[in-house]
This record gives sequence, structure tokens and C-alpha cells, in this order.
Amino acid sequence: MEGRKLRGMFGSQTKPETEEGQNTMSQAGPVTETSSQAPGTVSARRAKTLEAKGVNLYYGDFHAVENVTMTIEPNKVTALIGSSGCGKTTFLRSLNRMHELTPGASVKGDIYLDGEDIYGGGVDPVAVRRLVGMVFQQPNPFPTMSIYDNVAAGLNFNAGKVSKGDKDAVVEKSLRGAHLWDEVKDRLDRPGSGLSGGQQQRLCIARATAVSPEVLLMDEPCSALDPVATLAIEDLIAELKKEYTIAIVTHNMQQAARASDNTAFFNLDESGKPGHLVEIGTTEDIFTRPKQKETEDYVSGRFG
Amino acid sequence: MTPPPPADAAVLSTRSLLAGEGHRGGTLPSWAPWGALGGALVFCAAALAALGWFTIALTLVFGALIGIVAVYAWSRAVEGARRAKDRAITMAIASAFAVAMAPLISLLYEVVRRGVQGLSWEFFTSDARGVVGGGGAEHAIVGTLVIAGCAALISVPIGIMAAIYLNEYGRGPLRRALTFFVDVMTGIPSIVAGLFAYALFELFFGPGIQMGIMGSVALSVLMIPIVIRSAEEVLKIVPNHLREASYALGTPKWKTIAKVVLPTAFAGLVTGVMIAIARIVGETAPLLVTTGVVDSLNANPFQGRMQNLAVYAYNEYRSPGVMKQASYDRAWAAALTLIAIVMILNVIARLVYRRYKTETR
Amino acid sequence: MAHFDTTTNAGQILAAASGGRRRRGDRIFSNAAVVAAVTILALLVGVAVFLVTEGFPALTASSSELPKGESFISYVAPLAFGTCLAGVLAMIIAVPLAIAVALFITHIAPARIAMTLGYLVDLLAAIPSIIYGLWGIFVLGPAAVPVMKWLEEKLGFLPIFEGPASITGRTMLVVGLVLAVMILPIVSAVAREVFSQTPRKLQEGAQALGATRWEMIRTTVLPFGKSSVISGAMLGLGRALGETMAVAIILSVSGGVTFNLISQANPSTIAANVALNFPESSGLAINALIATGLVLFAITLATNFIARMIIARSEVR
Repeated sequence: MEGRKLRGMFGSQTKPETEEGQNTMSQAGPVTETSSQAPGTVSARRAKTLEAKGVNLYYGDFHAVENVTMTIEPNKVTALIGSSGCGKTTFLRSLNRMHELTPGASVKGDIYLDGEDIYGGGVDPVAVRRLVGMVFQQPNPFPTMSIYDNVAAGLNFNAGKVSKGDKDAVVEKSLRGAHLWDEVKDRLDRPGSGLSGGQQQRLCIARATAVSPEVLLMDEPCSALDPVATLAIEDLIAELKKEYTIAIVTHNMQQAARASDNTAFFNLDESGKPGHLVEIGTTEDIFTRPKQKETEDYVSGRFG
Repeated sequence: MTPPPPADAAVLSTRSLLAGEGHRGGTLPSWAPWGALGGALVFCAAALAALGWFTIALTLVFGALIGIVAVYAWSRAVEGARRAKDRAITMAIASAFAVAMAPLISLLYEVVRRGVQGLSWEFFTSDARGVVGGGGAEHAIVGTLVIAGCAALISVPIGIMAAIYLNEYGRGPLRRALTFFVDVMTGIPSIVAGLFAYALFELFFGPGIQMGIMGSVALSVLMIPIVIRSAEEVLKIVPNHLREASYALGTPKWKTIAKVVLPTAFAGLVTGVMIAIARIVGETAPLLVTTGVVDSLNANPFQGRMQNLAVYAYNEYRSPGVMKQASYDRAWAAALTLIAIVMILNVIARLVYRRYKTETR
Repeated sequence: MAHFDTTTNAGQILAAASGGRRRRGDRIFSNAAVVAAVTILALLVGVAVFLVTEGFPALTASSSELPKGESFISYVAPLAFGTCLAGVLAMIIAVPLAIAVALFITHIAPARIAMTLGYLVDLLAAIPSIIYGLWGIFVLGPAAVPVMKWLEEKLGFLPIFEGPASITGRTMLVVGLVLAVMILPIVSAVAREVFSQTPRKLQEGAQALGATRWEMIRTTVLPFGKSSVISGAMLGLGRALGETMAVAIILSVSGGVTFNLISQANPSTIAANVALNFPESSGLAINALIATGLVLFAITLATNFIARMIIARSEVR
């Protein structure tokens, strides 16, 4: 039964907003911006809001992230910045339930996707990850697969039977969307690991978007890349936010300033204490008019 | 370790400082160790021959000892005590390595030299039914392949699934117990595995039961831990970021394992299985008690006794017919065939690994 | 081109995907893995249980019913002695050689041939034991005859070389040598592993202080690898204790208990005794052989247990 639903997602028919959707939307309460979506715009991609409420994250007994409440807005890039070990990446991984894959890791609090609690009872973490895709620090194409199969991996694994034509279309669209099509269209059957680092990372972005998630999480996607490849990815992120909700962890403050709309600053009081969200606001505000002294110290390079 | 330089360090020459503390300044020529060793060997051979004690073994042992002592004395006179000790021990270690390799060379040489004498077309194409002091080993070759093949069919699924359990699912006491007991299992003597299989089947089929599949069960007891160990090793080196990439696409765990982890580890898994088969294909003792000895071809593992190359070699040695030498020749030919099978499996394993291994970071 | 629309409500997908086929696949797969794990534990328990069940009649039988008309204890004791003697002898010969081989490969041989040398040593482990047996009886034994004669004449005052020296070479000493060759790759593999893991910092530290290579090895590599080498030696011992064919072929057996390594009269070992007598046995004699197998199982289990404990303890540290 679920296979049919998933296939529906890749089929061509459009579905009107359901009542249930409207309900959950209104339940979401504080997520005001999301409801700006007009019900009539069905053919346009409608990105969704991710909202964390009182999230606490643990590795065994170690309290890694304390009480984070924030909203990741649709069609915007939200940068998570902060010093090493402050829990940015841990928090990011809780947004698609990857955090709990670490043995002993646990989560308290709620995270809502489009008003739906992704940690709610009866919710399959695997389904959450279908909706909230992720791009990692190290480009990690599947080494046994061709470029084509890497992009199609999500469909091959999870979407039941997809026709060759549909698959070709998804692969081309995703590679185009990742600004990689022109570079690889003649060698789609070659291994993905033969590409350069920057190309591999764009391949990974194409792989993540091929399953049409609602949200894209990016964990320092440029930290292993050279400056030229980094700029290419940043351009791509600016493009992708037209369709997706994007959260990106970065160590690079210029990158946060260049590529994001909103910025969340995480910090921790001392090592061994949990990291917490200091403040979140528009990127301009955070970098020019931070409310907190801590934030100002950090963005101006005087941390510690 | 080195004490601070003495107060009169200033008067020591730079050269002696460079050479180190306790150094006499000189250096032995580069041929010194080899020269001394050669001289000592010649001297020993001559001395032992003069005493009427000449054997190659004694010559090598005493020659190496005398050579080492000679180099030590020479180096001590020229280079100082510490350097001399270093040289002597290096030589001793190298000689020990040579001693350890000597059996391998001798063994391979003898197996090939003696084995080819027993090889013939008949050896591969006929069995030994009703033949007195002759016949071939076709039945043993077929039996070897059938028994080892069935053992692989039993061991590979269990072993790889258990390795997947250990590496992907296992937590808590069951995982710890399994890790520990797989280690214990690698130490089960092969004859005990054979007795186990016999006891198991005797319970169901009555005393005296002997058939091919019993041998496969016995060999599985020996093979499973080898498969698990090697499979666990290759699964462990599949980088976690690949699993995460798959999870992040919304892939369930079992599909992640089946479609990402196992294909990535494929070459290593195949190699491990090949090497495990190579390990058990030459087992004798467990088959002696489970599959028995028989002269005619039997390819059905569920019916009656089944011959195998190792048992065949043992039997040709143990109960040679009237033409003793011909029997021994066949024993060596069987040994050569067995070594060839083992080596081919090893070589294929290596080729598979080199050709199909997945580059992962 | 297909039209990709994702206006499906997130809640629908989240709810739809829970349960159903996806979960079932996971359940089947993880259950299969657990079943495999449990099968292996059951197999090991099975080995012990079946040996006990089938060996039990011999343990309880009276002396007169057993082959040779002696009690099981007096039947198995000399065999256990022979087993331990052969195993310990092999270990004494193999361990120093294995350490030297490991040091040679990791620290002395040029790096570009070290891999090949390691492969050669591993090759020793790949050779079937029946072939070691044939090599021992046809090649090493005859070659050892003059050496053993020499040992008897020159060192005959030692009980182990008391003689009279065998003229066929089918002696405990030759068995010990062959077993040593067989376990050498096991011990040296463990030693190689740990020697090559000696932290570079320690080694470079020693050399920066002006140590010669040997001084560096003695002060850093050997202490670092000590416990692993001990456990490797125990693993090798376990293998030697259980080795069957090489002993069955080479050793000339009289059944007595003696430390004399070079004579024609030797105690047999449990494993070789089973291999030699099983094909011609029936009834209670088979039960007795299975019971001796149980004793061997217990001995090797204890040896391996100790080895693993040493490894586990050194890993905790």
C-alpha cells in the first residue's frame, strides 16, 4: 500500500491539497510563514517548514544539545554556525532522524515537518528521511554504482517499479538541477567515484534531490572542496532554495553570509557542557546587528 | 636512554659524535655479514666433514652461529659494542627467517618432484574400483569438490549472515557471546569437528554411518568461523558514510545492507570465501571419520561413502599395495593435486580482489 | 517528461510509510541475521553436547569392556600427555622463530619485499596437513636421522636426548618440528600485526635518542607486542594440540609416557590416536575415541580461552 503512495509521488498526476493537510498546517501554530502558500499553486513546488521545539539531544549520558527551538523556513537557506563541538551537526542530524542511528543516541523534544511531528508515534524514521534529504561533509557517491545509478539510487531502492523513461527523466532533471548534467551527460555509465571532489558533491546533491525531498540538509558540504568548487555549490544552493527548504551547517562565516537568508548561531559555555542555540535571525541581522554579545564576538572573530 | 654527553664532549671528533656513543669510528665493509656467513658455512662444512658428521642441517646451524659470532667480534673491534650487538641480532633474525622458509621451499620442491611421477591421464579419469595396485583418483577429486562444495553451501550463508549480524545489527550480550565463541570455534581441532559430525549423524542413522554430507557438516564447523572473521573484516571497512548516504535517501536498513554494503564489500567477501574453501579443502582427519574410504566414484553426498584427495593420499601412503612405490607416487600425486587446488583458489581469490575491489575512502 | 509533484502531504507519507512492506523487509533480514548468530552458538553447544552424549558410555563403562581392558582415565592419560608434549615442543620451537620472522618482515626486510615475504609465510598456513605429514615422514624424518644420532651421542646425558636414536626419523622431535612449521604462520601473523602497529612515535623517539635498530626493537616493539605475542603463542599451541594427520603419519607410537624425543617409542596424541583407530573400531571403542575427543576439545578450549583472555585484557588497557 505504501508502495502505491510512493509511486504516486513520482507519477504525473497532481493532487490537490487535502483537508488533513490544511488541518495540520493550522495546528502548527507559530509557523506563520508557511501558510502564505496559496492553495492554488499546485504545480509549483511548495517547500515545507521544519520546526524544532525544545529539542535536547544526547549521546548516551552526554547531553550534546540543549533545548533548541527554531524554525527553518521554506524556500530559504538557514545557516547553522558556531564553533566546533557546539552541536550544529548533531542538531542537523536530528532533523531527519539520522542522529538516532548512532548507538546510544537519543532525542527529547519535538520536530515538526509541515506541522507533522516527525518523532511522533507511528512515524517511520525511514519515511522521514525520504522527506528530509541530506548532503554530507565528504562527497560520498556509492562506489559500486555509475553516475546514473547514483542519481537513481533512491528510486531504485525505494520507489517500487519506476519506468525507464521516468527514471531517465528524473536523473536528467536532478543532474541539471545540480549543474552537473553538461559535465557528465556523455559518461553516465562511468563510476561516480571517477569525478572530481566538487563534481562528486554535486552528484550527491543530485542524488538527494532525485527522490524529491521536502527539505535538504547540508552538513558542511564545501569543507572538503577547493574554492572554485565551493562557489559552484553555493550558486547551486541559491538555485535550489527556489524549490526546497535548506539548512546548512558551515564553519565558514563568509559562506554563511553569502549563501544564507537566515542564520542560527550555536555555542557552548565550556567543553563538556551541552551546546545551545544563542540566537536566530536574518543573516543580515546576525552579522550586523546581533542581539547577543556572544554572537557579536563570534561573527566578528573574537570568540572564546 | 643515551646519557648526556660527557664533559669532554668537545674534544671528541664530529665523526665519532655522528657515529654515536660507544662507537669506535670505523665501519665494516658492506659485504661483511655475507662474507662472514659464507666463510663460516664453508668452514663448518669442512670441519664436520673432517669429523665425519657432515649433514646439511648441522652445517647450516653451526655455520650461521659461527658467522654471527664472527661478525659480532669483528664489528665490536671496529665499530664498538652496541653496533656489534645490533649487527649480530639482525643477522640472527634474518637467519631465523631463512630457517623458517626452508621447510616451505623443501616441501614445495618435494611435492612437485615426487608428485609429477604419479600424475597420468589415468590418475584424473578413472577410479580405483577393483584395481589392485593401480587405478586413478577421479573418485577422490570428485569427492573433494562435492564435499567442499556442500561445506561452502552450508557455511557461506550462515557465515555471512552472522557477520552481518555482528557488524550491522549486533548489540549487547548476544553480540559479545558470538564474537567470543567464534574465536573459540576457530580453535576447534579438525578431528573434534569430525567426531561431532559423526556423533550427530550416528544419533539419527545409527552406528557406522558414513556419507559425504557428514564430511561437509564437519568441514562447516571449521569453515564457518573463517568465513565470519573475513566477512566481518570486509564489512567493517565499508565506510559508514555510505550507509548514511543510503539512509538519508530514505532507504530501510536491510536494503542499505543488501544494495550498498554487500555490493561494496563484494570482492572482499568472495576472496574470504575462496580462502576459507582453500583452508578446508585439504582437511583429512574429519573426513577419515565421517566420509570413510572407498575405491569407486560416488558423487552423491547423501548416499554412502565418498573418497576425497586428502584421505586418498593418506590411504595410499598407509596401506600401499604390492607395488609400494606406485602407491607412494599416487599419494604424492594426490598431494600435488591438492596443493594445486589450494593455490588456484588462493590465486583466484587474489585476482578477484584486485579486479573487483571497490575503492573506498 | 514526467511531471514531479510533491504536494502530497507530509503527514500522509509519514503515516503511510510506517508499517507495511518496508518494515517487514527489515524484520525478515534482521531475524535472518539473528538466526545465523544463534545457529552458530547452537552449533558450538551441539559439538559439546554430542561429544558428551556419545562419549558418555565410555566414561561409565567398566575397564574390562573398554579396548585394552583399562579404565578410561588410564587410557586417555598417556594420550593427553603425548598431546601436550608434542604441542609444547612445537610451541617452544615455533615461538622464537615466529617472533624473528615477524620482526624480519616488519622491521628489517626492505619495505618493498616485506609484503611478498608475508605472503610466503602465509602460504605455510595454506598447505594441507596431510602434505606436512608426507613431507615429515619422507623428507624431514630421514634428514633428521643423523642429527638425532649426533644428539644422542653428544647430548645423550639429557633425558630428552637419551635415545636410542630412531633410525627411521619417526620421533617426537620430528613431529615437534613439523608442528612448529605448521603453527609458525599463526603465531607470526599475530606478532606481525602487533609489531607493525607499534606507535611510530615510540619508535622514532627511541631512534631520536640514538638507539640502534635492535635497541629500538627491544625497548619499544617487543614490550608493546608482548601480550599479543603470548596470546598468539597460545593460539598456535591450541592448533598444535589438535593437529591430527601430521602426527598420525609421522609418529611411531608405543603408548608409554616418556620425555625422550628421539627414540622409536613415543606416546601417541589424542587426535592421532582417533585417526589411526577410528576406521577399524566399532561399538564401545568408538565411544571411547569420542570421549578422548571430548578431552581434546576441553584442552584446546582451555588453551584458546586463555589466549583470548590475554587478548581481551590487553585490548582493554
